Amino acid sequence: MLEVSNLACSRGDHRLFAGLSFALYPGQIMQVQGVNGSGKTSLLRTLCGFMMADEGEIRWEGENIQSLEEDYFADMLYLGHLNAIKDELSALENLRIAAGLSGRQLEEKDAIAALRRMGLKGRERLPTKVLSQGQRRRVALARLLVSDAKLWILDEPLTALDVGAVGLIQELIAEHLARSGMVIYTTHQPLQVDGVEMRSLSLS
Amino acid sequence: MKKSTMIDLLWVVTRRDLVLAMRRRADVLTTLIFFVMVVSLFPLGVGPEMDMLRKMAPGVLWVAALLSSMLSLGRLFSADHLDGTLEQMLLVPQSLSMLVLGKMIAHWMVAGLPLVLMAPVLGIQFDMSAEAIGVLILGLLLGTPILSMLGAIGAALTLGLRGGGVLLSLLVLPLCIPVLIFGTGAVDAVSSGLSVASHLSLLGAMLVLALVFTPWVTAQALRISME
Amino acid sequence: MAINWFKYSAPTTFYSLAGKLIPWFAVAAAALFAVGMYIGFYIAPVDYQQGEFYRIIFIHVPASILSMFLYLIMAGYAAMGLIFNTRLSAMMATAIAPTGALFAFISLWTGALWGKPMWGAWWVWDARLTSELILLFLYLGFIALHASIDDPRRADRASALLAIVGSVNVPIIYFSVKWWNTLHQGSTIKFSGTSMHVAMQQAMFIMLVACWLYAIAVILARVRSIILERERHTKWINELPEVKHVA
Repeated sequence: MLEVSNLACSRGDHRLFAGLSFALYPGQIMQVQGVNGSGKTSLLRTLCGFMMADEGEIRWEGENIQSLEEDYFADMLYLGHLNAIKDELSALENLRIAAGLSGRQLEEKDAIAALRRMGLKGRERLPTKVLSQGQRRRVALARLLVSDAKLWILDEPLTALDVGAVGLIQELIAEHLARSGMVIYTTHQPLQVDGVEMRSLSLS
Repeated sequence: MKKSTMIDLLWVVTRRDLVLAMRRRADVLTTLIFFVMVVSLFPLGVGPEMDMLRKMAPGVLWVAALLSSMLSLGRLFSADHLDGTLEQMLLVPQSLSMLVLGKMIAHWMVAGLPLVLMAPVLGIQFDMSAEAIGVLILGLLLGTPILSMLGAIGAALTLGLRGGGVLLSLLVLPLCIPVLIFGTGAVDAVSSGLSVASHLSLLGAMLVLALVFTPWVTAQALRISME
Repeated sequence: MAINWFKYSAPTTFYSLAGKLIPWFAVAAAALFAVGMYIGFYIAPVDYQQGEFYRIIFIHVPASILSMFLYLIMAGYAAMGLIFNTRLSAMMATAIAPTGALFAFISLWTGALWGKPMWGAWWVWDARLTSELILLFLYLGFIALHASIDDPRRADRASALLAIVGSVNVPIIYFSVKWWNTLHQGSTIKFSGTSMHVAMQQAMFIMLVACWLYAIAVILARVRSIILERERHTKWINELPEVKHVA
């Protein structure tokens, strides 16, 4: 369970939000809403522990994430604006290294299966620099398939994706929630997951 | 899927950086060519008298090694910073210090080791004796990893800053002075018939200290810079 | 009587406290400078080896001592700021750096002035002068790093880490430079007298205290302006009489 109490964040002199409290339980999904510059990305980065909050506390399974540190990182997966993939490496290498960095050894056949499910059949061994923007996003999103993290923090996961891929992501999220996972995300495109209450949090 | 250990992480990161370096070979070669050029400029600048060149050789080679390793440090974290990989790296569940150590090792193998291998050829240009060249290489083997490790701290602190490269040198060069002194001192000692053991063991001690502390300090610096 | 020391670590209270202290330190520094100079230049006898030239030590030595201590104090404040996350400590570290660099520079400059009549060269690679030069580089690195980061929080924390790394390195650098110097048998500045005249000792001591007082006054003044700049959006700053008046 992720609990946020009385969180306040600022960028430089500018106070983004204050007094933010919510709790996210297993099987729940929450969208962070707000206009550009309202601090959606900053909130997600604070939840990842990149940024320190000015005030307030973030607790994971009852403990402050600042004191949990690496134990918390093992339970969460973050997908940012940037794809975090290397142009010089193939999709397969990228995925296996990403899994290695998140503490899992990924067999080649599992990686290929994940990439195929993401619709990258036949492109697994090409350097990612020859792939299109949408295909690269798919490589990045393939991490969702090979991760066993409980908490997904997704910043604009649908950017550059076509309708088919958006459907696939919705499917993945539904599966994750069914496994009593948690998702917190931002998006400018509508995201529909059937049979789940879509919570939302507005930053003003 | 198997859970991986710290050593696995070290291996994954080092191999990844080496593979990346091999696919961008031009970058590696540029550093090496810079090293060779700087060293070769000295005789042109100070004249070809062999006695003087022989005396200057260790200092020239060490200073050139220092400068060329500064040159390649800018890329240590910046490429990963630009494409978002560094954010993922900060979230490693094993140990960020271990990951940083992996990057340091890869950096040394790509930017330090070639200089060490090139040094004998350049030493011959400066008419160094075989014995002196041997000590020079030993010193470089012990000293260049320290340069990579101290440099990593600077690279992490100056991440994403305007004029980061020059600033990086400004921060790191003063910290590298002891390495320079003991590295060149060892060659001077052997040339004048003294024992080199104390110089090399001091370099070794500094290497151990650097191995213990710099990965952790660099990890903290990365967290500060990524905030 | 229990004094709440933590109260003074808040920028609000520190600002007014520093404001009250600065004039005292400044006046005391000026007075002691005058006394120290007078003793140094008029009362202290001529050195039998170095003649009148030695008198520059009354500035050179205090400046060297200050430059080294200030670096350690700066690193100490930086470490406190990193560990306890106190805003004032980071501001203190930032405020100390320029004064420390200034003293390192004065030490080098006066060292060169002293070197010319002594060895006939403006610069000799003496172990202490060389270490002082490296110390100046370390100060400049700290100032440059702080200046090139826009976000004040990141600037404070990054340069604090650099100061700590530097302070760990200072002994190693000093030791290695000394080693290098003895190896190459360079010249070393040594004061001739084991029997330094009493007036010389007095002048040196008074100048040292004067330098400390000057440093404290200047650093406090600089911290005040850093507080004003950093906290300019807070309510208490805008209610200060000096700020209201200008606005």
